[in-house]
Amino acid sequence: MLYMLLINTDESYYGTLSEEQMGQLMGEYMQFGEEIEKAGVQITNHRLRPSSSTTTVRVRNGEVLSTDGPFAETKEQCGGYYLIDVKDLDEAIAWAAKIPSSKYGAIEVRPIWVMDEDSGGQS
Amino acid sequence: MLGDFDLAEEAMQDAFRIALERWPKQGIPIEPGAWITTTAKRRLIDRLRKRRVRDRLDPLYGRERLNREGQIEMLENSLDSSLEDDRLRLIFTCCHPAINQDAQIALTLNSLGGLSVPEVARAFLVPTSTMAQRLVRAKRKIREARIPYRVPPDHLLPERLPSVLLVLYLIFNEGYEASQGGAAIRRELCDEAIRLGRLLTELMPDEPEALGLLALLLLHNARRDARVDEAGDPVLLEDQNRSRWDRQAMSEGRALVRSALARKQPGSYQIQAAIAAVHCEAACAEDTDWQQIVALYGELLKLQPTPVVALNHAVAVAMSDGPKRGLALADSISQLDNYLYYHSARALMLERLGRMGAARTALLRALKLAGNSSQKKFLRRKVELLDSPSSDVP
Repeated sequence: MLYMLLINTDESYYGTLSEEQMGQLMGEYMQFGEEIEKAGVQITNHRLRPSSSTTTVRVRNGEVLSTDGPFAETKEQCGGYYLIDVKDLDEAIAWAAKIPSSKYGAIEVRPIWVMDEDSGGQS
Repeated sequence: MLGDFDLAEEAMQDAFRIALERWPKQGIPIEPGAWITTTAKRRLIDRLRKRRVRDRLDPLYGRERLNREGQIEMLENSLDSSLEDDRLRLIFTCCHPAINQDAQIALTLNSLGGLSVPEVARAFLVPTSTMAQRLVRAKRKIREARIPYRVPPDHLLPERLPSVLLVLYLIFNEGYEASQGGAAIRRELCDEAIRLGRLLTELMPDEPEALGLLALLLLHNARRDARVDEAGDPVLLEDQNRSRWDRQAMSEGRALVRSALARKQPGSYQIQAAIAAVHCEAACAEDTDWQQIVALYGELLKLQPTPVVALNHAVAVAMSDGPKRGLALADSISQLDNYLYYHSARALMLERLGRMGAARTALLRALKLAGNSSQKKFLRRKVELLDSPSSDVP
């Protein structure tokens, strides 16, 4: 079963960290990366550039409207994700809880909608 | 895709439905629990067979059938293992923290308590359609997010058991608060919670907090009839007619607390049950061992440092060491300005200190927060008593 672990954090938090603290956080992420790699559950992961570099695109009446900034102007923004393949929600939650940012941000665990799997609907 | 959860739940509901039909006519079997599980097991096998036949007849099921064959095999294997495990799995799945709490309660009552959707809806004072929606959404979440249908492994138990216990506690409270008036189905929630609590302690006999919760529910329930007078108004603990307390439930509850505490893993339900037990042991209100209650609230406060527990501790201190010390503690609690009992408890302490004006102000504050008519009536009477010159007459 595929789950997307979306990492939501207050971006201003990073500005409050000293160089040493930032280094420590990076170290934690490296360690986590090794662990999840070794467990063989990771499909992919990416870190996203800050939301200030976001462009939001909408098409209205055939016209492409691009605006600067994220879709939702919330304090917490998605800063990266892990796509994992595990047995069930409990395993996904366990991995989410190990992501270093879970200690100050929030990890959203979303099951991936595999088109084939549910196409028969509820029987 | 059909999860094991749906199957087990349907089978369990079937069993409860059959019990409701048969037991009133044929009498309750000697071992009701075993009867239910055996019946559920038979119904589950029936359902599986029917599904298999349909699978064979319908070529469209091709790929899904392969999945199902595997599922059936797995289920048949698990049928051989004790069916008690199935009920335990159901409880833990229904109370999974990834499900919204209202839905946890509804799912538990609906799939283990054997209450129909309209009954659960009536018990929680929401329209049937709302409750049906809530259940559908929760079941969809179980399926789509793949919430595992299992008893959590040992390392997850400390984080999972509390949500199961809390659901049972909330079900009980919902019924307990409804004691004055309201639909009978709401009062039945107390019995339902106790029944589920018994089930949980049967299935997990080594969990002291499960024992503690059952004890707490039994001890509270023992006082249920004495909590309201003939007019349906609430009666304070100290004014209750103790001969109306259910002695049998009390001794069962006390025995349970003792056996739980003997395991030396104290928890908040065990301590609350111990407090309730101390109250039950007093032949009259004056005989209450307040010192022991103060000590127990002190322990509870360490485990659960919430303002409400702090308030209960302050009230116990007022009874044991006098209103002055109790009031000082109560006044140091913040965050309870919108809590009715905070103001009514302060009013009582102020009254005992002879500070009638302040007591009156506190009572009026409580009155403003009163939600139902019997609370309002009770508080108004208190204000009147305070205002009357002979305020020492009860």
